[in-house]
Amino acid sequence: MRRALEVLALVAVLVAVWQALHIVGGDVALSSPADTAVRAGEMLASAGFWPHVAETFTALAYALAIAVLGGLAIGLLLGLHRLSGAVAEPILVSLYSLPKITLYPVILLIFGLGLSAKVAFGAIHGIVPVIIFTMGAVRAINPVYFRVSRVMRMTTADRIRSIVLPAALPEIVSGLRVGFSLTLLGVMIGEMFASQQGLGFLIMNAIGLHDVPTMMAVTLLLAVVAVAINAVLLMLDHRLHRRAA
Amino acid sequence: MADVHAELKGVTRVYPAQGRQAEVHALGPVDLTLRQGEFFSVVGPSGCGKSTLMDVLSGLGAPTDGTVTFEGKPVRGDVPDGVGVVFQEDSSFPWLTVWDNVAFGLRRAGVPETEIKEGVAYALSFMGLESFAHAYPAQLSGGMRQRVCIARTLVMRPRLILMDEPFGALDQQTRLLMGDELLRLWRETGATVLFITHALDEAAMLSDRIGVMSSRPGRLIEVVETHWPRERDSRVAASDPFGHITGHLWSLLRTESLKAMGKSPAPESTPEAAKGPAEPRPFKKRPSNRREDAA
Amino acid sequence: MTRIGWIRLGVVVGAVLLLEVLCRTGVIDPQTVIAPSAMAVALFDLLRSGEMNADIASTLTNVAIAFVAAVVGGFAIGVGLHAVPPLRRAADPLLATYYAIPFFVFYPVLIALFGMNDLPIIVIGFLFAVVAMVINTLNGLDRIPPVLLKTARLMHMGPLNTALRVKLPSAAPYLFTGVKLAVAYAFIGVIAAEFILSTSGLGYSIAYAYNNFDNARMYALMLFIIILVTAVNMAFYVWEQNQMQRRRRPS
Repeated sequence: MRRALEVLALVAVLVAVWQALHIVGGDVALSSPADTAVRAGEMLASAGFWPHVAETFTALAYALAIAVLGGLAIGLLLGLHRLSGAVAEPILVSLYSLPKITLYPVILLIFGLGLSAKVAFGAIHGIVPVIIFTMGAVRAINPVYFRVSRVMRMTTADRIRSIVLPAALPEIVSGLRVGFSLTLLGVMIGEMFASQQGLGFLIMNAIGLHDVPTMMAVTLLLAVVAVAINAVLLMLDHRLHRRAA
Repeated sequence: MADVHAELKGVTRVYPAQGRQAEVHALGPVDLTLRQGEFFSVVGPSGCGKSTLMDVLSGLGAPTDGTVTFEGKPVRGDVPDGVGVVFQEDSSFPWLTVWDNVAFGLRRAGVPETEIKEGVAYALSFMGLESFAHAYPAQLSGGMRQRVCIARTLVMRPRLILMDEPFGALDQQTRLLMGDELLRLWRETGATVLFITHALDEAAMLSDRIGVMSSRPGRLIEVVETHWPRERDSRVAASDPFGHITGHLWSLLRTESLKAMGKSPAPESTPEAAKGPAEPRPFKKRPSNRREDAA
Repeated sequence: MTRIGWIRLGVVVGAVLLLEVLCRTGVIDPQTVIAPSAMAVALFDLLRSGEMNADIASTLTNVAIAFVAAVVGGFAIGVGLHAVPPLRRAADPLLATYYAIPFFVFYPVLIALFGMNDLPIIVIGFLFAVVAMVINTLNGLDRIPPVLLKTARLMHMGPLNTALRVKLPSAAPYLFTGVKLAVAYAFIGVIAAEFILSTSGLGYSIAYAYNNFDNARMYALMLFIIILVTAVNMAFYVWEQNQMQRRRRPS
């Protein structure tokens, strides 16, 4: 209960800051919280809005599938095979710090404009943290569990299924949380350039037309959804870490 | 009782040089015979290779030289059927309840669920864990978690149980009580137990025989027989032979421990103590006491 | 260099060679990706001509300012939050979900607020990097073993002394993680912002080259950024290894 109140207080503070910035900057800079909310309501009610939502979330779904499944598989392999993991680690860290937007033109050249470019962009953003976290999680597994698995004469597949994955799950979920956020970011940036559909496109379009309320409304809706999903994953994260403690 | 259950002959374990680390001669050569159904402890100074000995015997690690046999068949790098291991640290799976932890091995082996139910219920009640069946290890104390690990091993009905300082993280009183439980378990299952400990009193109290290892590279310098009756518990600590055995173990180990620390033993003050560690030590005579020194 | 280092070098060189071969033999369309050697040549020419100097300077300056601001500001905020637990509890959900929000959507807002100059770019870089520093600062301060603080009290050390001689060194590994992340995020934030809506800097130049079908320049710039990022990471990595060597217990 107290937690909920604190969160509400925080939201209230943020809204107040927002209002203050609006007063300072004027309508041309950012629309007021009230105006934005109204515009957001209008958009949600309009039929033309939802195809864009579908486009974005379709791209997001594909990108997540690649980032999560690919990231888990690669992270698992690198975590279990010590040498490969040690070789790959600095390379992965460098990839993580690389502004992937610099690769954007390459992606466009390879995939052309459209859905596949967005999916590719989202995927390359998300896969790296998932790999890094999964690899870290597997390496951090208490070695005694592996010895138990050998005493029980388990097969490798069984070992991965019954011991490696459950043991590494808390950290893997942390990685999925980061991976989700970054994949969404990648898809959004992708839409800002490579698409005539989707929420990112709507934002770019609104910017071009100097339609500040629309720009902010779409941003707000997106932020709310992103934060909500992240909050759910965070709860899962905490639950798993507590149980493992 | 005189059947050979497991045997180590001329076993050594050498870890090859890696990068900047020089080659490590961790163990051996060791000759050791485990009799069917006996309780055998291994004591020795830190770093002498007690855990390596257990690794080799269980099949978790292959020996560099020598042979290991279990129930007549050679053991080399793979854990044979019928061997259970309890590790020094808590190895209970934090993501499973106590029940699922104990059932884990049986489920992996494909045992039907009805049998599992029976076996797990029995193991839990044996170890006093029934009321915690649905708790998670994180909610239990260290001693209870170790009991979960023992229950998980016991439910598989191993014929050879290897334990690497399983009570090391526990306080003395808990250790003594766990020792009693362990003896009860040993009698009920009829398994052979190899028990590694750094606590001499624990070894003296629990075992039929105690193997004393030298400092690294560990070799078996002596095997001490206790002649305790099978129906024993921690209260043997009150008897005289207990003190003698423990004292004997320490006199053997004191020199080895000093060596492990890089110091040479100081010249002893009494003529008795001046004799070298490898020699049999005479005990104070008691009319009813008939001690022999084992080889 | 260790064996692992050699293997890694081999892997990277192998990958580059493979790309080179695929490009030269035409398996990869030269309109799409140019050969690594061509990229290197283009980069060399570009640097020599000095055309890019202004943009490189601009980007590096922006990154540097954003980075320093994020590290100092993030540290200060982290210390402040740690000292006032109710404030920290209130801020926790914000910190945890901060990176869920796609930042660049705020970019137009920032332009409207600050104008079309370098400031929005720096602010985005700062916003992206600062929370990583805050989170790691909090982490580091949380993990100071209480027994060290008790020891400081037994030695009658005042708050400033304790902070400098006990808290800071103890939290240093985590602070360092924060610094590393701050560098990476500052780079990402600045270059992405330049790419999207700017008229100068490396990010902008890449977008411009792409829009003008100037593959050579585009790839040259990409190569430059890759080298830059890798060099910075390596520098941190080596420094960290040296520092941490002393603290690590022998395994």
